[in-house]
Amino acid sequence: MQFEARPSVSILRAGLAPIAAVAATLALCSVLIMWTGTPVLNAYYLLFKGAFGSTFAINETLTRSIPLIFTGLAVAVAFRSKFYNIGGEGQFYAGALAATYFGTGLVHLPPLLMVPFLMICGAVAGGALLIVPVLLKTRLKVDEVVTTLLLNFIVILFVSYLIEGPWRDPMAMGWPQAASIIDEGVLPPLLAKGRLHMGLFFALAASVLVWAMMKFTVLGYEIKAVGFNAGAAEFSGIRVNRIVIYTALISGGLAGLAGVSEVAGLKGYLTRDLSPGFGYTGIAVAMLAQLHPIGVIPAALFLSAVYVGADAMSRAVNIPTYIADVLVGVSVLAILVSVMLTRYKIRWR
Amino acid sequence: MGDLFDILMTAGFWAATIRIVSPLIFGTLGELICERAGVLNLGIEGIMTAGAMAGWMWVYQGGDLWTGVMFAAFIGASFGLLHASFTVYLGVSQHVTGIGITLFASSLSYFVYRMLLPSATTPPKIEPFQSVAIPFLVDIPVIGPALFNQSPLTYLALLSVPVVWYVLYRTPIGLAVRMAGENPMAVEAQGIDVLAVRTGAVMAGSALMAVGGAFITMSWFDAFYFGMINGRGWICVALVIFASWRPQKALLGALLFAGLEAMQVRAQQKAGAVIPYQFFLMLPYVLSIVAMVVMARRARYPQALLVPFRRGERH
Amino acid sequence: MPVLSLDGITKRFGSLIANDSISLSLAKGEVLALLGENGAGKTTLMNILFGHYVADEGVVEVDGKPLIKGSTEASIAAGIGMVHQHFTLAGNLTVLDNVILGTESLWSWKQDLSKARKKLADMSAQFGLEVNPDAMVGELSVGERQRVEILKALYRDARILILDEPTAVLTPQETTSLFETLKQLTGNGLAVIFISHKLHEILAVSDRVAVLRRGAIVGEVETAKADRNLLAEMMVGEEVSRPKLTAHKTGAPVLEISKVNAAGEDGVQLLRDVSLSVSAHEIVGIAGVAGNGQRALADILSGLARPVSGTVRLLGEPLPFGNPSQIVHRGAGRIPEDRHAHGVVGEMTLWENLVSEDLRQPAVSKWGVVIDKTHAVKRAEEAIEHYDIRCEGPFQQTKLLSGGNMQKLILARALAREPSFILANQPVRGLDEGAIAFVQTQLLEARKRGAGIILISEDLDELLSLSDRIAVFFHGNLSETFPSGSKTVPEIGLMMAGQSSEPAGERANAV
Repeated sequence: MQFEARPSVSILRAGLAPIAAVAATLALCSVLIMWTGTPVLNAYYLLFKGAFGSTFAINETLTRSIPLIFTGLAVAVAFRSKFYNIGGEGQFYAGALAATYFGTGLVHLPPLLMVPFLMICGAVAGGALLIVPVLLKTRLKVDEVVTTLLLNFIVILFVSYLIEGPWRDPMAMGWPQAASIIDEGVLPPLLAKGRLHMGLFFALAASVLVWAMMKFTVLGYEIKAVGFNAGAAEFSGIRVNRIVIYTALISGGLAGLAGVSEVAGLKGYLTRDLSPGFGYTGIAVAMLAQLHPIGVIPAALFLSAVYVGADAMSRAVNIPTYIADVLVGVSVLAILVSVMLTRYKIRWR
Repeated sequence: MGDLFDILMTAGFWAATIRIVSPLIFGTLGELICERAGVLNLGIEGIMTAGAMAGWMWVYQGGDLWTGVMFAAFIGASFGLLHASFTVYLGVSQHVTGIGITLFASSLSYFVYRMLLPSATTPPKIEPFQSVAIPFLVDIPVIGPALFNQSPLTYLALLSVPVVWYVLYRTPIGLAVRMAGENPMAVEAQGIDVLAVRTGAVMAGSALMAVGGAFITMSWFDAFYFGMINGRGWICVALVIFASWRPQKALLGALLFAGLEAMQVRAQQKAGAVIPYQFFLMLPYVLSIVAMVVMARRARYPQALLVPFRRGERH
Repeated sequence: MPVLSLDGITKRFGSLIANDSISLSLAKGEVLALLGENGAGKTTLMNILFGHYVADEGVVEVDGKPLIKGSTEASIAAGIGMVHQHFTLAGNLTVLDNVILGTESLWSWKQDLSKARKKLADMSAQFGLEVNPDAMVGELSVGERQRVEILKALYRDARILILDEPTAVLTPQETTSLFETLKQLTGNGLAVIFISHKLHEILAVSDRVAVLRRGAIVGEVETAKADRNLLAEMMVGEEVSRPKLTAHKTGAPVLEISKVNAAGEDGVQLLRDVSLSVSAHEIVGIAGVAGNGQRALADILSGLARPVSGTVRLLGEPLPFGNPSQIVHRGAGRIPEDRHAHGVVGEMTLWENLVSEDLRQPAVSKWGVVIDKTHAVKRAEEAIEHYDIRCEGPFQQTKLLSGGNMQKLILARALAREPSFILANQPVRGLDEGAIAFVQTQLLEARKRGAGIILISEDLDELLSLSDRIAVFFHGNLSETFPSGSKTVPEIGLMMAGQSSEPAGERANAV
């Protein structure tokens, strides 16, 4: 078996890749569903219905997609410059921490200013968390994958310390959680019913902004050049290390926004289970989007539908909710293969 | 300081160190073999989870302990094969594949566990490996009971260090593995199938990782909990860098690490009232980062780590 | 019966026919030279022979028996050994490890190192290929590494030895010694295929020459009956004359390098008190075996590295070390050694690569933030036109360009601002004759216009025909320059090997 590079990849093929990957994922996971004894089509119908079958379901799916768009964007930007930020989870909590610190009474501003202020605080905190890994990478060539992964655990333990210790809300009946975000800082709901909040607008706006940055600006050019060929980028005068640091800050900032949006938009207060792994799922989102900032939106919607739908499905029939995580994992692997097949032809000899 | 000395002098401390080090040795050696062949295996966290679940479940379903270990190794090797199909044969990103394998392997483990034990509220237990005292040696004060009254899997972990060293440095296959991580073209030019060598290394390494996971559920504890690997796989990846890709240094690094963690647990008991427990729990992760920073300047990466090899492609 | 015969070998890469129905035969004890330009298909053919590629059509026979396709193992077993152009050695392993890999069963539980060591020592002595078996390959010189490669093949009892451009990295003296080794080996019955595009070497070493052009054999001739002109014509087809230097009065200095020292990341000294001055209207050639300091100097001049000490002045101003962008905008143009690694971002388009040095300039971006694509594309179209870059247009992916066209793109970018100083590092390596002539003409044009040029090359012929003056690198020391006609090739070769060209007696006295 040999692979032959295709001279160019048509847009059609590139667009088909994620669709093929999703189809392959559903097909592969149907084996697990068969094991549970539920008819496969029925299970997927339930999943679909759970995600899109009612106003409430759609509302939930959209709500769930907000943090995924942010963490997906974070990964998409970072991977573009080959900075492997796997620390979205930690940066998510850093953002949530910042929002909690400034948003629970320390600062009072009118809502029009308070919400952007909290967003900025969260983004700064998320970016700041990446300063150590990125400097270790650019200065000492320490692998960022491991450092960002390890930081996830450290940050989550720190959150746990704060909400069990100094930040514990005495009104919370003994539950370990922080005080609620003040009303001015809460992202207003979009609809009268349901949990959908303003975060969706911010997420969509972030996608468009990141897309514009990558496509039209010098910085976007530089991020791409560094990711494709750091040697050539450096030779032509691009400050590679500086660009990697900028990328890391942008990436961490986007993941931090996810944390703000969850704490100030959905939950209202900080807990240890604020994120069921949004940072890691962001990798799947970005891969399915082939690192395209606009592609992140449908990819996040798909995966959020998987989670929301799987919850509903497992309530209806006896399928463990972990099927959602399996679908996410398989989709990451499937998209790798399908993108590979858009770039290479297989020649059997 | 007196407290510290007291801790060092207890057999309990040393026994705990040796217990903590066992899965780290398996995981670090496993990762080391993969990386020596040129493949970064970030599937380690998930593969350890899968090994922990598979070995435990085997025994829970009535199998015996040793076949359970072998089953875990088999599951690990299978995920290794999956990893290698992607990274070695298809040549796609090792980073993303590894993360994908971790997501897939751990979620699949939880799924399977829930399928087989749908209603278990408190995790059921198995009869784990019992410690085996080695006659006479066990009577040495302090280190005797620590080193020579351990689970057979611990002895296996300690034994695997010289075995892996021997295979890597003293056998033809070990030479081929090292060469595949330095210059795959050189392997190919000598008529050896690079892809097969790399695949074999990733499978063997993944099997070791899975045994490391199995140790946790079959020897250290007696049940499978969710999230029980808890970053140990990532710590192993850091330890490989700390060990400069050498088995003997990997043992040293893992021991140092386990010693600090064992001490941390004991210090926590003494100082727990003053310092919140979360800071003690952070210690291993912080230490891993520190270890990588310390070794950063001296790290001599295998030259072809992360570099895919595509046969017959025009260069 | 021939040891080796090829019949009707055809290999296609997509629409490109790399080998077009090639037939050849090789006899015992014979040196067959395979002559052809870069891209003529020589290496592809040898890779088929060695099992790296599978031919689409045709048969290879060794001793009359068909060779299994696509298996390096089978080729080695049949007695074929290959010394690749890019050595297939692991620098972090010892010579012995590199040689014995693959010679023992992979499933053996131990290695017989002492036996292997003895066999290697015997072979080294027999063929005069001395090398320390316990040395790390990374610490050996290029010539020694090549010896290891040859020993690797002989260790596996090769009867047919393929050498792919073996002299590209050697000094003239090392080349001579390689030829002697080959003579000895063929005397023992070894058959050799010698791949090269250097005519004088082929005339010196081979018994027979087969000439490849655009993937097909265009002629075969006994070396004794051939001469330079005949071979050159067969190789290139129609005569392409390379441009020649014409005398020109030099102007004011544009680049002054004074006592520059540089060290690698591991602390190894790469440059020792290097001084050099280049004036307007002048090409200064830098000769030397690869790895003697050329890259370190080029890195400093192109802004990738900083010296430990010393000064460099560009047009009288200190060179902004480590800042490629400023270096470029103060009047330097740079052609990197490796087009793919440093020259272009292959995944990006032509227009993007053409503006990569000017990203924050008003001509390319508004306020240094937003790229003015319309304008950039227009500029790219002009460059494509002016430098005759053969492509589908400015939106084509750069990696799809041929080597020559990629180099034209790099030239277009480097020369766009009419730089006063040009660093040309191996500017014609790997190009075909047409592209070589184009690049060299551009450099000479720039010289005429008033640029001062440093030309780094491992090809002495190229240096001698293009340079006004030449200096030689050895172990980080750069010699004084000398007018390019004042020394012979063997004299320069001695300097490349670290011996001064003064009579040996004086040197002995000095020590």
